[in-house]
Amino acid sequence: MKIVVAIKQVPERDAPIHIAADGRWIEEGDLNYTINEPDAYALEEALQLKEKQGDAEVVVVSAGPERVQSTLREALAKGADRAIHIECDDLSTRDTLGVAQVLAETIKAESPDLILTGLQSDDLGLGQTGVVLAELLGIPHATIILQVEFSGAGLKVKRELEDGWFQHVEMPLPALLTIQSGGNKLRYATLMGIKKAKTKELKTVLAAEASAAATISMERVYLPEKQKKTEMLTGSPQEIAAKIVEKLKFEVRVI
Amino acid sequence: MSGVLVVMEQRSGAWNRMSFEALAAGQQLAAKLGAECSAAVVGSDPGALATELSSKKLKKAFAVQHALLGIYTSDGYVAALEQLIKEENPDFVLLPHTYQVRDYAPALATRFQQVLISDVIGIRTEDDRADSPIFVRQLLQGKLNADYRHIPPGPCFVSIQAGTFRADAVEDGTAATETFSPRLSPDQIRNKPGEPFRESSHTVDLTAAPVIVSVGRGIGEEGNLPIVEELAKALGAELAASRPICDNGWLPMERQVGSSGQTVSPKLYVAIGISGAIQHLVGMKGSKAVLAINKDENAPIFEIADYGVAGDLFEIVPELTKAIQTAKS
Ligand SMILES: Cc1cc2nc3c(=O)[nH]c(=O)nc-3n(C[C@H](O)[C@H](O)[C@H](O)COP(=O)(O)OP(=O)(O)OC[C@H]3O[C@@H](n4cnc5c(N)ncnc54)[C@H](O)[C@@H]3O)c2cc1C
Ligand SMILES: Nc1ncnc2c1ncn2[C@@H]1O[C@H](COP(=O)(O)O)[C@@H](O)[C@H]1O
Repeated sequence: MKIVVAIKQVPERDAPIHIAADGRWIEEGDLNYTINEPDAYALEEALQLKEKQGDAEVVVVSAGPERVQSTLREALAKGADRAIHIECDDLSTRDTLGVAQVLAETIKAESPDLILTGLQSDDLGLGQTGVVLAELLGIPHATIILQVEFSGAGLKVKRELEDGWFQHVEMPLPALLTIQSGGNKLRYATLMGIKKAKTKELKTVLAAEASAAATISMERVYLPEKQKKTEMLTGSPQEIAAKIVEKLKFEVRVI
Repeated sequence: MSGVLVVMEQRSGAWNRMSFEALAAGQQLAAKLGAECSAAVVGSDPGALATELSSKKLKKAFAVQHALLGIYTSDGYVAALEQLIKEENPDFVLLPHTYQVRDYAPALATRFQQVLISDVIGIRTEDDRADSPIFVRQLLQGKLNADYRHIPPGPCFVSIQAGTFRADAVEDGTAATETFSPRLSPDQIRNKPGEPFRESSHTVDLTAAPVIVSVGRGIGEEGNLPIVEELAKALGAELAASRPICDNGWLPMERQVGSSGQTVSPKLYVAIGISGAIQHLVGMKGSKAVLAINKDENAPIFEIADYGVAGDLFEIVPELTKAIQTAKS
């Protein structure tokens, strides 16, 4: 049993947002990077499946510039067996299909039984790369998954629907799942894990040139215009508290 | 056909209401393009729903019909819609950004070597390039907007975020209905979906609460929760949370507000340390009044708040609790 987890490195949530000079992205110099949150849950699911299954191998894959290696190292420290860094400095000029193609090429060579991705990236929020990857590899997929079980020759997964509904889906292997946050509790890397990670394989492969031109282009990024006039309450914490109490008494009428 | 095709969503014969928002988007886009809009509904017996669409201003209302389309599967929908789109050749395919669309639309677009422009919050056209609309999406969880354009040839696939267009803006008119019967065989469908179910019934019903105090990741750690619990108590409010708080197990899932949690509309919703991601907003934007406390003055939550405090919750909330206790005594 081989499980591949696709991991994206994204800016930390509290990252300062300064639009870059070309107007197409934010200044990267100011940013710290971390693992995309749903991908952390995808990794956790893979590690738990391995623990249940016994003889499974967990391979983590990330496409991006050299800095993504730090995120791969962390995944190794948490318990992944091997890492593959797909070196690609022009990721932002490739559209989703382009990124999925880069991932597909490397992952295909691994012929995994199961591929896990996050359901959505925190920075681009496309929510697509996993599904496109499955389509390129010609394997079935299911999205927004909270639980995974091997059943017979295939899988039984719990899928989140809207408004607190769920659904079980059964599917054959190999398959791809996009993982939602919250299905498991995330583990921390132990000191022992961090030590061991140094001896684990982290292979770098070069991404192939984009095979086709992008079909969509991002023209510019900008701060959203404020549409609603929020009444901002200012002052010392005591003054603010007093102002809020006035509002709640006389305008909202809940006190 | 050229023009715009809107793919509507239904389950067991009932519309997903977001479909009509996408339909309004489709009609408005078609009008700007000087083209026509059609709509499609997929199912094992979608005839009645297609007939309902015949009273809308559309060129055609397609009933995409096959016994294998009774229960949603990505494989079934992708294969069926691929055939319809190949035959009808629309320039734009619009879909509501539902969980179902997230599940199949990226694969459908891939069949055409295209990329879905997902979760769009606005469509703009410039006078000098009327045939090349700009699609606006959010980046970094709503902190940034981005303009996207499709590079022809098409079709261009777009999914529309909830609340972007008004369902009641759909124009009435007449449409010819047409049944489209795709070729499908059972071996094409690899997934076996089960019946939708809910977890054990909700023991907390947030929907009835007149006042809700809701806490987000800004609270930092589980040990800080009493700060907001005390405010909730002072206000006589129910405690609720954003997803990460429930994911971490700090509060039970049933207190989650948002697209995968409860939808609430209290007299007052107090959002503390919540950034205001769209999946949270859809669950609470019907509130009569919203008070947001967030240290980031640019947090998207302020877009829908009536009252805002740009500050540290650890300084503000305890003072507020005290002031409310005093006011009430
Ligand atoms: C398919 C899908 C379904 C989802 N369903 C839901 C759902 O039902 N409900 C939901 O909530 N989310 C849902 N999400 C997740 C959603 O996208 C966001 O990730 C989530 O809502 C963010 O929660 P948050 O605002 O608490 O955290 P963050 O986005 O991390 O925001 C924390 C905020 O706290 C502020 N802050 C930090 N420290 C302080 C301080 N000391 N004082 C004041 N403010 C502070 C920060 O400025 C920040 O704005 C879903 C996502 C997906 C993809
Ligand atoms: N550059 C990348 N390297 C590895 N995995 C990625 C990359 N980009 C996206 N993914 C995966 O695809 C998921 C969805 O991303 P997105 O389609 O951008 O929302 C992420 O959660 C990752 O698992």
